[in-house]
Amino acid sequence: MVSGATNSGKTYFWNDKKTRAILYQIITAAFVAFMGYYLISNVQENMAKQSIASGFGFIDKEAAFEIGESLIDYSAADSYGRALLVGVLNTLKISLVGMVLTTMLGTIVGVCTLSSNWLIAKLGTAYVELFQNIPVLLQLFFFYALFYEIFPGPRQALNPVTGIYITNRGVDFAVPASHPAWGYMGIAFLAACILVYAINRWATKRQEATGQQFPTFWVGIGVLAGLPLLAWLVSGAPVQMDIPEMKGFNFEGGRNISPEFSALLIGLVLYTASFIAQIVRAGIQSISHGQTEAAMSIGLKPRFVLKIVIFPQALRVIVPPLTSQLLNLTKNSSLAVAIGYPDFVQVAGTTINQTGQAVEGVALMMIVYLTFSLTTSAFMNWYNKKIAIIER
Amino acid sequence: MNATTPSHIEEIKPPATDVGILGWLKRHLFNGVFNSLATLFILALLIKFVPQFVRWAFIDSVWFTSGAECHAASGACWSVITQNIRFNIFGYFPYEHQWRPLLAMIILVCMLFYSRDWNRWNKKLGYLWLFALFIMGLLMKGGLFGLVPVESTKWSGLPLTLLLSFFGILASYPLGVVLALGRQSTMPIIKSLCVVYIEMIRGVPLITMLFMSSVMFPLFLPEGITIDKVLRAQAAIILFTAAYIAEVVRGGLQAMDKGQYEAAESLGLNYYQMMRMIILPQALKIVIPPTVGILISAFKDTSLVVIIALYDILNTTKSILTEPEWTGFSTEAYIFIAIIYYLCCFSMSQYSRKIEKELEYKHTEKKIS
Repeated sequence: MVSGATNSGKTYFWNDKKTRAILYQIITAAFVAFMGYYLISNVQENMAKQSIASGFGFIDKEAAFEIGESLIDYSAADSYGRALLVGVLNTLKISLVGMVLTTMLGTIVGVCTLSSNWLIAKLGTAYVELFQNIPVLLQLFFFYALFYEIFPGPRQALNPVTGIYITNRGVDFAVPASHPAWGYMGIAFLAACILVYAINRWATKRQEATGQQFPTFWVGIGVLAGLPLLAWLVSGAPVQMDIPEMKGFNFEGGRNISPEFSALLIGLVLYTASFIAQIVRAGIQSISHGQTEAAMSIGLKPRFVLKIVIFPQALRVIVPPLTSQLLNLTKNSSLAVAIGYPDFVQVAGTTINQTGQAVEGVALMMIVYLTFSLTTSAFMNWYNKKIAIIER
Repeated sequence: MNATTPSHIEEIKPPATDVGILGWLKRHLFNGVFNSLATLFILALLIKFVPQFVRWAFIDSVWFTSGAECHAASGACWSVITQNIRFNIFGYFPYEHQWRPLLAMIILVCMLFYSRDWNRWNKKLGYLWLFALFIMGLLMKGGLFGLVPVESTKWSGLPLTLLLSFFGILASYPLGVVLALGRQSTMPIIKSLCVVYIEMIRGVPLITMLFMSSVMFPLFLPEGITIDKVLRAQAAIILFTAAYIAEVVRGGLQAMDKGQYEAAESLGLNYYQMMRMIILPQALKIVIPPTVGILISAFKDTSLVVIIALYDILNTTKSILTEPEWTGFSTEAYIFIAIIYYLCCFSMSQYSRKIEKELEYKHTEKKIS
């Protein structure tokens, strides 16, 4: 028996699973490290040859380019750092507004596709099929072209509702003229929110303890509407509106939303909502019909069947994919660069062109979007854990 | 008994409003006050806008005219497509050689159509694909058999879109599977490398990857070596899509019953055999629907190469629209492109549904027997 010697004796070390695992890992790590070193040394060499500066020193230098719209004061004399901040804020603005609108629209369409009304259900399905299957960039181009080609100039502005004007320079709409009352109303609204939360908790506790119910819904609406109204009345009930008016070649007064922002918002919201609609539909369908029947048979009103039986369960199915769709919206907002809305990618792209520091610029882009993604998913994970089934 | 039974039972028909067209209308459109109002509202909207659209798109429209006549017409100007169709589809590919990308696309479509039935998937088909790919590459690139060489910078329009998406999908799939296996691995270094890669790519938009490929990648290469732009964009798309595929495949791997792994190991299969013959065939089947979802979005995402100035079909359209003769007809041109994208994406999702059904059928059939 030749093989007997090896069988009874020790096995060779390369046949040992653990040793082999370590060996594989060392090889992989070495390969990655070598590639990293090789690429970085190439970058350094190339940058030295093209005399491109390295490091983030450019942040403090003068940017010397204008930005179309900004939430904070900005001029071309400001630094690159401030320009990039403007970009981040613009990205945040489009993302937050887009997330809220798209969740609302998506939920409505999702419920519509399940409607017992044939026409509504078919329209909802057609919407989902159509908008899912067309690239979002094409949709952005389409809506942007609507603004600068189809919509008229300020003189023939479309006026669908009093106080709103749609032109090729964006959407102009009336806002209340500035008055301290609006600030007080905001504070009153916040106070009302806190109050409603407190009432809700108290009512739930009382119901759990004594079984007595409290009309939380109507009281809540009353508080939410009543407190700001009270603040408005107390501070003098201002009714002055700041209405956009034709002066010369353009509107003055009111508030203007640029065509870039409008097109980006419409495109992103319509596109993402088609995915959210599908998620919502799947979520509601995943709850078995027995749940509805059981809820009805213990005598719950239809409204409560949806609110306290179906919806909380559907939410568990809906939230994880919803998170990734909202993240997609944030990431897709970077397509702003294609229609000229000054979001972070556009500002960073201009910075790269001017300074030539591609590595730093791209690294900044990645860091900013990674921060957005990780924050959103951390929040959603927390929320998901909160509504998850508590196993007993 | 007989006495109590009536000589004939009177047939009571259901009320006329519950059967036939009326019944259908009542059940599906007018069940309840709210639904009736909603139906009437939608019908009113449809009556207002559909005839307008039909008039614009078909009755008042012009189809084969010059740009000047288009500006005079009150309806849609489909001439913007018909007059520029060759540039729109083939872009900057030399005019007299445009039959070559056309032939390549026809071969691709035929091959895809032939391969749709997976009973035909065998070694011979694999060789046929290799041969077809070679022919398609030859047609695009030229340089052999008297075909004039064409630089890849001239590749544009629909062939570029199909090229980027086909190879993007083809190459990202195995890479994604490898990454998913790496993420499930017990070796800490390999696992963490894969996790970092997947999470990083999934956290950033595709645009940053494309920016990287167009402005940063040239800095990575040693002096004297350049890689052309199409290939760089292709690499970015592959690397990006692979991370998403990896997550989907991981879902499939996690959904597998632990008993499958144990059974495979107890048969004495090693890791490679276990994955290839037991785990992956089942895991990949489970995740066909989400995978096709990823592939569809990869196809749509190839349109993003517009931003790094590659001339895919969206960008050729845009450049037609910048010509003075054709400015102002974006709606028509974009509708045409949207139809192309829609048809491709829709047929992909239909195909995935078909496969899903076939798999389900096979599954139940085995259970019964």
